[in-house]
Amino acid sequence: MSDTIVTSTTGLATPTTAMPTPGHPAAAKRAIPGTGTANLPMTKALNAGLRQAMRDNPRVLMMGEDIGPLGGVFRVTEGLIAEFGDKRVLDTPLAESGIIGTAIGLALRGYRPVCEIQFDGFVFPGFDQITSQLARMRNRHEGEVSMPVVIRIPYGGHIGSIEHHQESPETYFAHTPGLRVVSPSNPHDAYWMLQEAIASDDPVIFFEPKSRYWPKGEVNLAESGTPLHASRVVRSGTDATVVGHGAMVSVLLQAADLAAAEGTSVEVIDLRSISPIDYGPILASVEKTGHLVVAQEAHGFVSVGSEIAATVMEKAFYLLEAPVLRVSGFDTPFPPAAVETHFLPSPDRVLEAVDRALSY
Amino acid sequence: MLSPEGVFAPSDSAAEFLPYLDRLTEADHRRFYRDMVVVRRFDTEAANLQRQGQLALWVPSHGQEAAQVGSAYATRPQDHVFPSYREHVVGMIRGLDPVDILRMLRGVTLGGWTPEDHGNFHLYTLVLASQTLHATGYAMGMQLDGATATGNPETDQAVIVYYGDGASSQGDANEALVFAASYQTPQVFFLQNNHWAISVPVTRQSRTPLYLRAAGFGMPGTQIDGNDVLASFAVTAKHLDDARAGHGPALIEALTYRVGAHTTADDPTKYRDPEQLAYWVARDPIVRFRSYLQGLGVEPEFLDAVDEEADDYAADVRRRALDIHSPEKAVIFDNVYAEPHPLIQEQKAWLDHYEASFEGGDA
Repeated sequence: MSDTIVTSTTGLATPTTAMPTPGHPAAAKRAIPGTGTANLPMTKALNAGLRQAMRDNPRVLMMGEDIGPLGGVFRVTEGLIAEFGDKRVLDTPLAESGIIGTAIGLALRGYRPVCEIQFDGFVFPGFDQITSQLARMRNRHEGEVSMPVVIRIPYGGHIGSIEHHQESPETYFAHTPGLRVVSPSNPHDAYWMLQEAIASDDPVIFFEPKSRYWPKGEVNLAESGTPLHASRVVRSGTDATVVGHGAMVSVLLQAADLAAAEGTSVEVIDLRSISPIDYGPILASVEKTGHLVVAQEAHGFVSVGSEIAATVMEKAFYLLEAPVLRVSGFDTPFPPAAVETHFLPSPDRVLEAVDRALSY
Repeated sequence: MLSPEGVFAPSDSAAEFLPYLDRLTEADHRRFYRDMVVVRRFDTEAANLQRQGQLALWVPSHGQEAAQVGSAYATRPQDHVFPSYREHVVGMIRGLDPVDILRMLRGVTLGGWTPEDHGNFHLYTLVLASQTLHATGYAMGMQLDGATATGNPETDQAVIVYYGDGASSQGDANEALVFAASYQTPQVFFLQNNHWAISVPVTRQSRTPLYLRAAGFGMPGTQIDGNDVLASFAVTAKHLDDARAGHGPALIEALTYRVGAHTTADDPTKYRDPEQLAYWVARDPIVRFRSYLQGLGVEPEFLDAVDEEADDYAADVRRRALDIHSPEKAVIFDNVYAEPHPLIQEQKAWLDHYEASFEGGDA
């Protein structure tokens, strides 16, 4: 037993293959008011990150539905219109393609729009502008223009809501060349990753795990500690590695706790970046444990978990002592909330997969 | 303003636009004519290049020259132009080398030019109506920059976006009108109703004349004879200058006709009535404007010289089109992302290694 929860948010816990980006670490080292730490829920951390990005760069704009006086349906943009005015915080007409399409025009003009999509299932009216236009603009212009657009999407289940309000559509975006896709799992990462996404000259799809919006966590306001596109070991272990992103990370940590009580040491990796994927910590961990389980709320068929399983098999076949196993949402529509706990990967379902892997 | 016979006979509804014609000199008239003739000759040459296997596809503009030339000359240098994919002469008037258009249609690039270096003429957009939203967003940026509505038409900026009767049915075209009206963008929507979206007639797109839709969005809508280059100029000039003066967006529907095929992959004989074609050919914008110029006493030598210039122009385009070289394979990977991306870099290195592994391989 050598379970150690990695609580430090400064310094890399493991080697990473993630490349430095212009948004980092320069952005992370920028002087910001209120160095030190704060105990915030993710919504407030995101709000602070947006506020900081808008203060740092007058070209940063907010666009979305109900993001002005209401502050967004999750209050992530609360107070921004009061500080920055309605020229920089645009309550838009209710049209997602219109939001993304005009954001592209604003980016061509030199602005850095941050678009809020109200719920995961509402992004699809804007899907064409994201995949056929936003993702390809730089390529089509042979590198002569940049598309520093961030699209924030609250996603995932566990909130007992109605249809189209609990989806996990990240695979669609990860499959699209030209986009970057990230998802923080905790308030500290939310604060920093959002600022780094805004500083990036590439379009970034920023998935915010709704079920993690409200639990508080410590935010180190002085430095990020981890590049935007790096994955990170959040709990060390020796017997099996479990990988996930967003809300799944807290499920994995619960699973690791339960496993520890049964004498199994599970290493937990927070993926953080879905495109590109940083395989450095994953491969280093698999070298140690020989067992890998990938967990996700999204449908398993043709998924991020499938991609990781295939790549680890290609890169580290002889390190594996068992097949890479996936724990996913089923390949059905997200069900009525009354039965969502049967659909969503739970700590027990993760442990079932860990046990299966260890039994090979 | 011009009758089909080329007689200056403005209708009553044209009265408010007539003062804008005062901006035109005789040299401008000659330039209008020259550009219409040259682009038609260019258009024929490009279609020939496609038939000879030198282009993957060609998108003819035959018949729409007056709508495009008049509206393009109504723009000011500081304006931004968002085309669809058939506005070749608009690009030429804004300073684009048409060989750059051929580069895209020859399959050596997905774009072809840098808008800021070519009269703010943005890239062609092949997905219908996507560019209408980009144009609206760009116009919103002009407002945020304070680059419009200062009261100085010599510097105040505006946007013109081109789309068509087919694209008018797309959601994006309608969302662009909503956003433009909502934010009162400095913007003209220039809708070329050429009557056909490949094989689907405009009657399938709309039960109402398309310019009437503008009222539903809360902006002025004007229908013009799109084969009258003077009407196209004057009406666009008024709406663009109104937009740059802070009066918000407007929609112009230019009634014209796609005399040729949708593209070189199309066969309009399968779905079009020859009588409709004959009707519109009789209203040819170039013939009409030539009659007008002749009525003004323009010498035949000028008209002959323009024909000769058009032939030379087309020959030059052909020569340079055949000289377009394929890009290096690095173009596959370069510029997908602004910042380093490990997967793309890994795949680029792999392809280099793989191709170098063959004897005489190109590393």
